[in-house]
Amino acid sequence: MSAPAPSMYSDAAKQTAAQLGLKMGRANLDAFADTLLALAQADRNVLAVTSDSRGSGKLAPYSKALPNQIIEVGIAEQNLVGVAAGLASCGKTVFAVSPACFLTARSLEQIKNDVAYSDNPVTLVGISAGVSYGALGSTHHSLHDLAVLRAINNLTVVAPADNFEAREAVKAAAAAKKPVYLRFGKASLYDLPATEPLTFGKARVLHEGTDLAFIATGETVIHALLAAAYLEQTANRRCRVISMPTIKPLDTNAILSAAQDCDAIITVEEHMVNGGLGEAVAGVLAQSGIPVHFKIVGIPDEYTVTGSQADIFRHYGISMEGLAATARALLP
Amino acid sequence: MLTDSQLALKSLRYRRKIIEVIKHVGAGHTGGDLSCTDILNVLYNRILRVSPATFSDPKRDRYVQSKGHCAEALFTVLADCGFFPESDLLTMCQYQSHYVGHPTRHISGVEQNTGGLGHGLPLCVGMAIAGKLDNANYRVFTLLGDGELAEGSNWEAAMCAAHYKLSSLTAIVDCNTLQISGRTGDVMNSEPLAEKFSAFGWAVRTVNGHDFADLTAALQEPLASDKPSVVIAQTIKGKGVSFMEDVAKWHHGVPTDEEYKTALAEFDMAISIQGGATQ
Repeated sequence: MSAPAPSMYSDAAKQTAAQLGLKMGRANLDAFADTLLALAQADRNVLAVTSDSRGSGKLAPYSKALPNQIIEVGIAEQNLVGVAAGLASCGKTVFAVSPACFLTARSLEQIKNDVAYSDNPVTLVGISAGVSYGALGSTHHSLHDLAVLRAINNLTVVAPADNFEAREAVKAAAAAKKPVYLRFGKASLYDLPATEPLTFGKARVLHEGTDLAFIATGETVIHALLAAAYLEQTANRRCRVISMPTIKPLDTNAILSAAQDCDAIITVEEHMVNGGLGEAVAGVLAQSGIPVHFKIVGIPDEYTVTGSQADIFRHYGISMEGLAATARALLP
Repeated sequence: MLTDSQLALKSLRYRRKIIEVIKHVGAGHTGGDLSCTDILNVLYNRILRVSPATFSDPKRDRYVQSKGHCAEALFTVLADCGFFPESDLLTMCQYQSHYVGHPTRHISGVEQNTGGLGHGLPLCVGMAIAGKLDNANYRVFTLLGDGELAEGSNWEAAMCAAHYKLSSLTAIVDCNTLQISGRTGDVMNSEPLAEKFSAFGWAVRTVNGHDFADLTAALQEPLASDKPSVVIAQTIKGKGVSFMEDVAKWHHGVPTDEEYKTALAEFDMAISIQGGATQ
C-alpha cells in the first residue's frame, strides 16, 4: 500500500479557503469530460480522439454513451494528432485527448504542421498536465508545453484554473473553429469566486489590490488567491489576483494595468520557469518601460524533486505560505 | 478520358515545365518531381473526382502530397487542371509569394500543408474515417516516398488504417529507390515494402510508375473492399532527363545553363516524337 497522498493545502490554507467561502470542486478533467459529453450529445460532429487515454481522460462515460463519436488510435500520439487534423479538415469538431507530456512533445511536429500551420481546428487536450503525475517522474511531467506551444503560430494556449474555467474553455474551444490547446490536471480544485466570464485572450481579476499583483495560470491560481487573503490578514497588504487562463494570446492590458497600479508582480505557474507565463509577462513588462518589482514562481530548471504534485508544489513555493513569503521578500 | 498517348504528351510537357520553373526560381526537388510526374498525371487526369469548381465540395476526392518537397510537380499539374494560372508557377519561392517551396493551403487545389515527412498518411486516415462516419463515398489518396517510409508515423497510421478497414484510402509509394544521401537500401532499407504493408493488413499492388495503363488499373478502384490499398509505383528518379535519371545528386538541384539547354532539348525532341508541338 502506498501512503495517502499529502494534501495540496496546509491546515492554515484550508482555513483561509473556508473564510473566503470557497468550496472544493472536482478535477478539471471531470469538468472537461462532462462538458465534452454534453457538446457531443448535442452535435454528432463532435469527436474525441484518444491514444489509449479514454480512462485517464475520464472519457469512459463518454465512450459508453457515444461509442461512434470516439476514435481510438492506440498508443501512437503522432498518429493521434495527424488523424485529428484530418478529421477536422472534413468539418468535424475534434478533441484530441492525450497526456500533456506525450501530446505536446512526441507529436509536436504534428501540432505545428498538421494542426496550426494547416489551420485544422483541432482542440488538443493535454490531460494530467504539469506535475499531475507527481512521483512518476519527468517522463510524465509536462513542464515544457506552454513554452513550446507559445512559439507556434495560430494556436491558442489555455490553462484553466478551476471547473468553471475548464467548462467554459471546452465550450469556447468547440466554438472557436481554430486550433486550441487546453491543459487539465487531475487533482480536485477549489471553485474560485465567479467574477467574470471566460474569454480566450482575457485575464480574469479574482481579487482587487494595489500593493502587489499575482498573475497566475492553471491550477496554481488558487494558491495565489489564498496567499493574497493570508497577506491581507497577516501583513495588511492588498494584493490583486489575476487568473490568466490564456497564455497565448496574452492579455497585455491586464499585465500593464497591474504594473501601473501595483508595486510588484509575481507570476505563478505549474511549468518550468523557462518560456512559460512568467517569461511571457516579463517580455511585456520589459518592453513597457514600467518599473515594477518582479518575480517568476514556477518549477526551476533542475532535476525535479520526487514527490506527489502537492509535494512538488510545496517544494518550489507554490503554496499559500510559499507565495506569501515570496511576496514579503519582494515588496519594498 | 484522355488516352495513354495524350497522357504521355502531358507528362512530357509537365516535366519540361518543372525544369523551367526550377531553373527560373533557382531551387527545387528535381529528381523526385520527375519521378512522380506520371503518378500525378494519372491521378489528376483520370482518377481524382476534384476540380477547381468542386474543390470545396465535402464529397470531393482528397489528395495529400505527403512527399511535399516535390511541390513543383504538384503545382505544375494543378495549374494545368485550372486551379490557378500557369504564370503563378514562376513566383515560386519568391519574396511574399504564396507559392512556398512546399504545398500550402494558400494555394488553390492544395488540401493540406505538407513538407515534414510522415504527415500525409495520418492526415488521410483522419479524412477516410470522417468519410466513413458521414457515409460519404469520396476516396483519399496520398503520395509517399520510399525514403519517407523510415518515418515511424507512417507505420502508426498504417496500423490504424487497417484497424478501421479504410478501403477508401489509397497510399501510393513513389519508389524511386533514392533519397538525398544515396540509395534508400543503403541509407535505411525500407524493403520489402510489399510484404511490410501486407503484414500491416493492406492490399498491395506493385506497378510500373511510369506506365499509365498500369497506374490507372491499380488506382481506378480500391484494391480491396475491407482494407486500405497501397500502390507501390516503381519509378526512376530524374525520369526524362538523361543525365538526371537515377542520380542521387539530383534530389534537389538547379541545372546549369548548359544542362538546362540539354534538358529542354531532350523534352522537345520527345514531345515532337510524341506528336505534340514543341514550345
